[in-house]
Amino acid sequence: MSIVAPVFENAEKGSSLWHDAWLRLRKNKLALFGGSVMLFMVSVALLTPWLAPYSYEAQNLDLGASPPSAAHWLGTDIFGRDVLTQIMYGGRISLAVGFIATAVALLIGVTWGAVAGYVGGRVDAIMMRLVDILYALPFMIFIVLLMVVFGRNILLLFLAIGAVEWLTMARIMRSQVQSLRQQEFVEAAVSVGLSPTAIIRKHVVPNALGPIIVYTTLTIPSVMLLEAFLSFLGLGIQPPATSWGLLISYGAETMEEYPWLLIFPGCALTLTLFSLNFLGDGLRDALDVRGSKD
Amino acid sequence: MLRFILIRILQALPVIFVVITATFFLVRSAPGGPFDQEKVVIPEVKKALEAQYRLDLPLHEQYIAYLGDLAHGDLGPSFKYPGRSVNEILFAGLPVTAELGLYALIIALCIGVTAGVFASLRPNTAQDYVPMSLAMIGICMPSFLLGPLLVLVFGIWLDWLPITGWGDIPGDKILPAVTLGSAYAAYIARLSRAGMLEILSQDYIRTARAKGLPEWRVVIQHALRGGLTPVIAFLGPAFAGLLAGSFVVETIFQIPGLGRFYVQAAFNRDYTMILGTTVFLSSLIVFFNLVSDIIAAWLNPRLRHQFQGGRS
Amino acid sequence: MALLNVENLSVSFVTRNGTNKAVDNVSFAVEERQITAIIGESGSGKSVSCYAILGLVPTPPGRIDNGNAHFLGQDLLALSEAELRAIRGRDIAMIFQDPMTCLNPFMKIGDQLIEPLTLHEDLAKGPARERAMALLAEVGIWHPQAAMSAFPHEFSGGMRQRVMIAMALINEPKLLIADEPTTALDVTIQAQILKLIAELQTKRDIGVLFISHDLAVVSDIADKIVVMEKGKVVESGQPKSIFEHPQHPYTQKLLAAIPSGQKTADTVAPDPLIRIEHLRTWFTATAGAEPVKAVDDVSLEIHRGEVLGLVGESGSGKSTLGRSILRLVPITDGQMTFEGTALSSLKGHKLKQFRHRMQMIFQDPYASLNPRMTVYDTLAEPLLLHGMVNKAGLDQAIRELMDNVGLARAFVRKYPHEFSGGQRQRIAIGRALATRPEFIVADEPVSALDVTIQAQILGLLADLTKEYGLTMLFISHDLAVIRQIADRIAVMYRGKLVEKGSTAQVFESPRQDYTRSLLAAIPGSNPV
Repeated sequence: MSIVAPVFENAEKGSSLWHDAWLRLRKNKLALFGGSVMLFMVSVALLTPWLAPYSYEAQNLDLGASPPSAAHWLGTDIFGRDVLTQIMYGGRISLAVGFIATAVALLIGVTWGAVAGYVGGRVDAIMMRLVDILYALPFMIFIVLLMVVFGRNILLLFLAIGAVEWLTMARIMRSQVQSLRQQEFVEAAVSVGLSPTAIIRKHVVPNALGPIIVYTTLTIPSVMLLEAFLSFLGLGIQPPATSWGLLISYGAETMEEYPWLLIFPGCALTLTLFSLNFLGDGLRDALDVRGSKD
Repeated sequence: MLRFILIRILQALPVIFVVITATFFLVRSAPGGPFDQEKVVIPEVKKALEAQYRLDLPLHEQYIAYLGDLAHGDLGPSFKYPGRSVNEILFAGLPVTAELGLYALIIALCIGVTAGVFASLRPNTAQDYVPMSLAMIGICMPSFLLGPLLVLVFGIWLDWLPITGWGDIPGDKILPAVTLGSAYAAYIARLSRAGMLEILSQDYIRTARAKGLPEWRVVIQHALRGGLTPVIAFLGPAFAGLLAGSFVVETIFQIPGLGRFYVQAAFNRDYTMILGTTVFLSSLIVFFNLVSDIIAAWLNPRLRHQFQGGRS
Repeated sequence: MALLNVENLSVSFVTRNGTNKAVDNVSFAVEERQITAIIGESGSGKSVSCYAILGLVPTPPGRIDNGNAHFLGQDLLALSEAELRAIRGRDIAMIFQDPMTCLNPFMKIGDQLIEPLTLHEDLAKGPARERAMALLAEVGIWHPQAAMSAFPHEFSGGMRQRVMIAMALINEPKLLIADEPTTALDVTIQAQILKLIAELQTKRDIGVLFISHDLAVVSDIADKIVVMEKGKVVESGQPKSIFEHPQHPYTQKLLAAIPSGQKTADTVAPDPLIRIEHLRTWFTATAGAEPVKAVDDVSLEIHRGEVLGLVGESGSGKSTLGRSILRLVPITDGQMTFEGTALSSLKGHKLKQFRHRMQMIFQDPYASLNPRMTVYDTLAEPLLLHGMVNKAGLDQAIRELMDNVGLARAFVRKYPHEFSGGQRQRIAIGRALATRPEFIVADEPVSALDVTIQAQILGLLADLTKEYGLTMLFISHDLAVIRQIADRIAVMYRGKLVEKGSTAQVFESPRQDYTRSLLAAIPGSNPV
């Protein structure tokens, strides 16, 4: 805010709710662990082309599937490709799907929910009725159907998954806005004469942010899970691209002979999901968001 | 209450209609006809086939004819397996999937509710942390990873349990049911813990304690009813999830159920099969959502009264 | 020998921010056949001490450090959990503050009522139900038979509290602990419940421990008063001696804070600032349903420079009337003028410009401030929006506002959650005054505050009204508060204005039955 002039020279520093939340989060070891792991994962994904020990296409048919060794820390697959490299490139896709589809959901859901909640009345009724109907649709089956009909297109995958997840986001945002609207401080802002856009910007959004952040953090793992599920069935990511779900699917086929092909990609996926969930739970506690979802 | 059920059914009908319509046009708009891949098809044969599957009619007529068939419960013939109708294939797979889903749901509810309630009684102690950590693992360990891992450990390394089939060898139902149920057990554990914690902090629980009720009666008679409401509400979505999960589990364990047929149909581009299965499964999901809503409403005396036409 | 004798009780709470001593070496006694009252403000430890002796303080975070509590020859604090359970609900029963949340919403009233009976007395269901119905009739439930199979949500707050009382008395306990049993109720209902408790106590000859924050309420029924402050007992004695010769400074402060006296009306010439004619504000919940007539055909004038007290119970429409004048809720029908300008038809920019002339102070200081804005930001918003000052004069203007409402300047960069309720209400008042309004609607501005803080804020409002030359609509359910601050009074009942007149006239010669019943219900009007 603006510089506090000398009339307030002894002013004590206040502690904002964000600051308090950060102090609480800092005490939560599991959440911090989750956050650090995610930071690591995301950095590795971004730097993969430079970090990866082998090139993505490099095969060594003579070597074939080999267990972890000094040259290949996590072993090689049946084509002699380095598993670590595969996991790193797969992670790029898996994380990208998680983050981008969540961003799509966030954008649509928050806008939709905010408008419905703030405008209220008939507009709200119609908008939320639509969400209810879409909610009742068996989307899992629909996504499978979409992938079958239109081929395994990664862009379509982003959109399809984003289209499912925005519904919950819209509901959360709407209930936030609706309860905030009835708060006396919003009423006070109206009585002061603030315009609706200023009220949303200054009074509604900052207070609705907590639950949205928490839910976003928890949506990313569920999106990644969905992608992995589809890829496992062969309906998601297509070779030559790869993702953790696809790697797990290949690993499962040959696990009897080459268990490391299943275990290492599985660890990567599980560790990421773990971290995101811990981080989300930690944020929920720190931001004191009352459980709307479990 | 009857009014509530009627309203919900009336709300569910358009959803099913949307599903049928959307699926129909989606499938029909798929690039390439069903017989294009077939290498040698004599034009006359192709024509006859198309007539048989009504592909020679304009799209809207096909749609209306399909709706007509549906009204009679007829999902049409299969493209891929000439001579077999979608109905036959579905009803061959349904009992298997239903049984698998039922076992998984029982496992999920028994383990989940017990663990969740147990954890909620002493929050932030070992009694809470241990089951909740396990639940977190359950959530982060998707069925397509857990299944192969269980097979690897119990089927291959330890050689305790059979790894494929359904009802062929004793014990071959254990691994699929556990694989499918565990994630839901984890969700339900977290839901019931949160629900119970919420209720246990309510004033009326203090009233019950002030009456001198022993703790187990406080929990069972006063807290459980409200605490498990979120679990009941979750049953609808859980059912949809179980069905989707059965795609994976039936594929992993080679179980001849609905899910496996669906995935196979997807790969074979057996459009009538996909269409029929989607419509059938979707209706099933909508139906179960309806049932779980009605149960939840029935358990809430305030809602129940509202719809009995009494006081509001 | 006292029925219950508590000695040197200490209870602390261990949280992650350290140990907090909630009850510190407290001793008190409840005599047989008497009502003993514990008085204290929030955080005084009055409820914790009573919950602790019954083992109802959750441990952890609670911890009983030392003390004993003798009841019928046993030390309650030395008993095992099972032994204590046998006493709870049989020999010692409790009723709680909020009847809306204290009954299990999923269980029928009858089943909840007979639970203590079947538990402690091994009574069969049939006779237990008989006894429950008899008791329901005794506490004033009209159709006991029907009530037994009803759910809590079918009853009003007052009725639920009657059910709670029946439930507490069903085992004929020797001691009844009542924790603020009337605080959540409307004033006329409060009077009924207090009367009922007093009657049942006399009839059954039991000891009652009555916990309250309200000295006026207690003065009507208590035989002995214990005053607590910050976990300690500071004074105890007969009501008469406490009221007439308070020894401890805190007790004196509490007594001084009881709203009393009557404002000597300034004889201002009636000059209507606001004129309301046939105002209707109806809410329609769902299309086709009968609308809720929150404000129904109200006509009223508010004179320049006066404080008009608006009295009514919950659901009377008094808050909606206030919000309608400020155009915070859409009105259905009627005319409102502000100094001749038609308020009801103002729109858009015109309305925005008008807003700085009328402001509102809200009831709940915890909800009326944006938790993410500092005092500085909160006060700066209206100042800048209406161009009261430019950027250069902003700090100076904020400093003045803070001085005027009695907030230390050093707090300017703090956030609402770092303040107490009273301080927050000062911030809210500062925000309302920032635009230099002529008219203020104060909606229950002191109801959420402790009694000593209430007195401070009322004093502040009275001073500021003079200083700023304000006209005020002061909405409250509390007649004693209204009497102290208002020049004229208007009474609302179910959306209608039933009576209006000068404060003296309404108090001394009320014209309507409803007003008379309100006046009769004022606690402290008939001390023992």
